[in-house]
Amino acid sequence: MKPGHGDVLLAEGDIDLIADEERLVAEFRRQLEEGMWAAVPTSDAGGRHEALMVREFDEIPRDAARVIFFPRAAGG
Amino acid sequence: MLGSRRFRARPRPPAYDPGRERRAEIRARELLRSVVGEEAFAMYAELGFIAVRPEGGEYGYLLYPHRSIVAFDGRSSDLLSEYCVGFPDTSDPGGGTRLPDSDDVLAKWMALRGDERRLIGDSNMHLPGRHVDPGQVRRDLHRLSQWEGRRRSEGGARRHESGRAAAQ
Repeated sequence: MKPGHGDVLLAEGDIDLIADEERLVAEFRRQLEEGMWAAVPTSDAGGRHEALMVREFDEIPRDAARVIFFPRAAGG
Repeated sequence: MLGSRRFRARPRPPAYDPGRERRAEIRARELLRSVVGEEAFAMYAELGFIAVRPEGGEYGYLLYPHRSIVAFDGRSSDLLSEYCVGFPDTSDPGGGTRLPDSDDVLAKWMALRGDERRLIGDSNMHLPGRHVDPGQVRRDLHRLSQWEGRRRSEGGARRHESGRAAAQ
């Protein structure tokens, strides 16, 4: 999520391929080092939608389809 | 798309583009819809905010774009507090720091759903009325109640109709 733009694809790949995973890990770390928060959208069979905040790449569920990065919260 | 993963966020915008904010908002709405689901998205599209009720339903939050989060009592609808919080992106000051409206709501929604304590801890808490007009919030809670009642009755009518069709 980016001012003036909305969402943009940063990286994509197959987590079961080592080269792809390394690229995804590197991008994940870069985003967090830039101060972004990361969330994994989820939904269950009953249609309930949730979000999982993750701080480490290993916390992302293996079957997650996407991770969304957004600026961290700041008290106004 | 089992096993694959997509990372989303940001490119560099051009220096000036009068349609940029509108296009960004259109994209942000689609992302919001894909994450929060049809019910919550319909609420946002029709009412202008999303209500979030953590487990138990003793209290809830109203999420407005670029306004404080308002906490309310789940039973009495009394206003409890305001949480002033933003998601400024300072990585490219030339491109602006303000997320599109729907992205701001989505950021609040994901942060509340994913880690309520962390978001509340990072915000500044105020008594109701500091930034958001309490009268407007009460009217919004009334509109929310009516909207949810209407959705329930429409859902019940749809189930009734499909049950009749299945029985024929």
